[in-house]
Amino acid sequence: MQFGLFKSIFNPSHDAAKPVNGFATEENPLLNVLAQLNVGSILATVRPFLAQLPDSFWMPSQASSKAAEVDTVFYVIYWISVFFFAIIVGLMALFIVRYRSRRQGERAPDSPNHSLALEITWTAIPVIISIAIFVLGFQSFMNIATPPRNSYEILVTGQKWQWFFEYPNGFVTSELHVPEDQPVKLTMTSEDVIHSLWIPAFRVKKDVVPGRYTRTWFEAQEPGTYPLLCTEYCGTGHSDMLSVVTVHKSGTFEQWLEESANIYDTIPPAEAGELLVQRSGCVQCHSLDGSPNIGPTFVDLYGYEQQLTDGRVVIADENYIRTSILEPMTDLVAGYEPVMPTYAGKLKDKEITYIISYLKSASDRGPSEEESAEAETEDPAAQDPDAASATEEE
Amino acid sequence: MSTGATTTVDHVDGHDHHEGNYLTAGRGLRSWLFTLDHKRIGVMYLGTILFAFLLGGIFALLVRTELLTPQQTIMSADDYNRMFTLHGAIMTFLFIIPGIPAALGNFILPLMLGAKDVALPRLNLASYHIYVIGSLMAVASILAGGVDTGWTFYTPYSTTTNGAVILVTLSVFVLGFSSIFTGINFIVTVHRMRPAGMGWFQMPLMLWALYATAIIQVLATPVLAITVLLIIAERALGIGIFDPALGGDPVLFQHFFWFYSHPAVYIMILPAMGVISELVAIFSRKPIFGYKAIAYSSIAIAVFSFLVWGHHMFVSGQSELAVVIFSALTFSVSIPSAVKVFNWLSTMYRGAIRLETPMVYALVFIFLFGIGGLTGLFLASLATDVHLHDSYFVVAHFHYTMMGGTMIAFLAGIYHWWPKMFGKMFSQKWGNIGAIVIFVGFNVTFFSQFVMGAKGMPRRYFNYPPEFEIYHVMSSIGSYVLAIGLFIAAGVLVHSLIAGKKAPVNPWGGATLEWQAASPPIHHNFDSPLLLTNPYDYTAQRWDEAEQGYVPVDPEKEPQTT
Ligand code: HEC
Ligand SMILES: [Cu+2]
Ligand SMILES: [Cu+2]
Repeated sequence: MQFGLFKSIFNPSHDAAKPVNGFATEENPLLNVLAQLNVGSILATVRPFLAQLPDSFWMPSQASSKAAEVDTVFYVIYWISVFFFAIIVGLMALFIVRYRSRRQGERAPDSPNHSLALEITWTAIPVIISIAIFVLGFQSFMNIATPPRNSYEILVTGQKWQWFFEYPNGFVTSELHVPEDQPVKLTMTSEDVIHSLWIPAFRVKKDVVPGRYTRTWFEAQEPGTYPLLCTEYCGTGHSDMLSVVTVHKSGTFEQWLEESANIYDTIPPAEAGELLVQRSGCVQCHSLDGSPNIGPTFVDLYGYEQQLTDGRVVIADENYIRTSILEPMTDLVAGYEPVMPTYAGKLKDKEITYIISYLKSASDRGPSEEESAEAETEDPAAQDPDAASATEEE
Repeated sequence: MSTGATTTVDHVDGHDHHEGNYLTAGRGLRSWLFTLDHKRIGVMYLGTILFAFLLGGIFALLVRTELLTPQQTIMSADDYNRMFTLHGAIMTFLFIIPGIPAALGNFILPLMLGAKDVALPRLNLASYHIYVIGSLMAVASILAGGVDTGWTFYTPYSTTTNGAVILVTLSVFVLGFSSIFTGINFIVTVHRMRPAGMGWFQMPLMLWALYATAIIQVLATPVLAITVLLIIAERALGIGIFDPALGGDPVLFQHFFWFYSHPAVYIMILPAMGVISELVAIFSRKPIFGYKAIAYSSIAIAVFSFLVWGHHMFVSGQSELAVVIFSALTFSVSIPSAVKVFNWLSTMYRGAIRLETPMVYALVFIFLFGIGGLTGLFLASLATDVHLHDSYFVVAHFHYTMMGGTMIAFLAGIYHWWPKMFGKMFSQKWGNIGAIVIFVGFNVTFFSQFVMGAKGMPRRYFNYPPEFEIYHVMSSIGSYVLAIGLFIAAGVLVHSLIAGKKAPVNPWGGATLEWQAASPPIHHNFDSPLLLTNPYDYTAQRWDEAEQGYVPVDPEKEPQTT
């Protein structure tokens, strides 16, 4: 099919649901040749000068191995631009002052109206500079595009309007955690529309496309926390599709991963649930303080009547909540858009149970009589002293 | 070529009043709406396009006002998304693309050729009618629920979101025809209606620019038409070409879209460069430097513009090979643009530079377009583009080229040909004040966007991290100053219509043929034989104090030195 041919030229990685293998450098001799050009040494020569620049004016802090290189390219282009701009505007200003005519009808003295030598010069200089800038940008780009073989792989899913990061042990977070000084490869896909993952401090960005895998990589260098943003417009919550990346000091990452993967089993279920709704991104749409957001608030949800779009009124019990999380389109709450993504496959059964415990603790109809026995054994923390009195008032 | 005969002209719209000028020849709304006169069509285009600009500008101000604070300020996130979509779509499809060619081009192209009209006047009128219909559809979409896709209509968002997407994309489809008709008309007119003695290289550079633009319009616009039809088919019938849920490829859409929309960038900027080439020469009172280089660079830009669309997709997941090729090709476009700037500067060198309002705008153009062009280097270069893509840096870059470039040149052109269009002179003092306020407001608005973009501010954000507030506040304040400047600029022109002095035939001393027509021209443009000269030879004219304009030097007598 024609489209197939077109795709194969521009998107060798098109095949849906198949991770990209074989990067361009391995397949294209042309790229190999270009990549051999030794621009690295040029960069190395200019970097000491550029390092003294007040780079905080233009760029965010540098936290990855590639950031300094990208900034060097940026500042090389920057100073070339400043130089040429100064020439253009300087000459313009000079000519305006020097040759300004204040009397109507004045005629310019004869002067040549073309000069081959001059015109060749000002074509050749931009050509040379363009080639130089191209090669500079290309070199750094190839480094960014090709992850080293020993990279630590994290799977990324973009979904309106949150991120999921899945680590090799199956643990999923909505904030990215990475070790310091180790190449990390992100293999990314989207559940709905196109998103784009940008970590300004690492100078990396890559679109996250449904039906295909894209990837990028970086090597974080400074422990700390940095913004991670969505930069491909994706609707209502596009500007809230924010997260952070935490760089762990070398050696502490594995420990963090192990502890956090087990954390939900070591704290009371309602607390685990609260942590989960924060970490799984529910709070993008559901508030924990009673105010409505994109979705209904989590306060006083459990045990209350819910008016659905199809006219039914149901009580929000465990099964209702479970269905809401796994099949959000089944029971739609009246007055809200049907935008909640499904969490089937993202939250384990146990985790959903914890979330339900949390919702109970956040509701004054929390543990009802029939369930209080269960609640007592499972979650004493959820026993809210006010809950009982509130029920009595009804 | 018209020889001033007073016999009936074949395409007069029913009435044959030959006394007076084209504005008074024929009265009543019908004589305007169904005119075949290129000048009236140009004027109607101008009015409608400026109205679209006002509308797009209001949306821009609403967007900037919303961004005054990091959270909600005056509207909801969904309304904000609809606002910036409409701002972008209206400014692109209703204002910048048709701006110079359809409004100024229609008026000026036949006059510059010494012709009495374009080659295909009926097609010209059809193009205007189609433009109005397309614009009304775009405006109707606001009432039909609005559109929140961004002007780029990226799939699968655009095929799955709610709103009047079909109406807006249909309007883009319809507007495309208006653009194609104008393009065909200009190509045919330039080929067929040049006067005897005007070879290709005796043409004013404005005509070269309009001609190059017309080629892109005719070749690229059909691709856009097909692309938006595919979106409509995808939404209405679920054909599954772009939506991965149906087995389609969303990135394919981006290829189609930018295959048109990158060349469209040159549909916008080439005519602007044409205007500037005319103005710099006239107001330096000196032949344009490097005529052939400028002419060829217009054609070179038109050709290269078709080869670089992929630079909008460096991080989209297209293959690295494609990315590298597109980056390399993109740099090639920068060269003809640089050549033009150097040619303009050399034209000013040793000129007799008159700082009349159109020239002030031309200088503002060189300044702003210089920044716009140079910042393009950061985006063409791969390593830096990865960081800057889809950030405010890009927003600033294309506003410097599109608004600082095309819109400023459009204003320059309007001021320049205003005396010819309406026979009135405007206040130069206030004209210059307007230009300076626009210049200041523009830089405050958009320079701050470069900085925040590089620092990590993504585009199309409703909420934003508080550390960017200072830049956003600056940008919003700048946009209000810019708006005031634009209102001054408009006020100056409106005032001239009411109280302006009568314009002479040739107020600026132009040597192109339109300056031999009356101000405003008569219905069939010229009534005395034309004196064909080199379009950049200013020696055959002198300033006449009584006339307050330039008059030809009598070739019989000794030329009067001035
Ligand atoms: C993109 C926004 C969004 C996210 C993220 C989201 N939801 Fe929702 N949610 C909604 C909306 C909107 C509704 C109401 C419409 C409906 O019923 O689907 C809703 C409804 C619900 C309901 C039923 C509420 C009621 O009043 O009956 C529950 C329970 C729920 N969500 C739980 C969750 C949990 C748990 C998470 C995180 C794991 C989550 N949601 C993440 C938007 C979201
Ligand atoms: Cu987004
Ligand atoms: Cu482009």
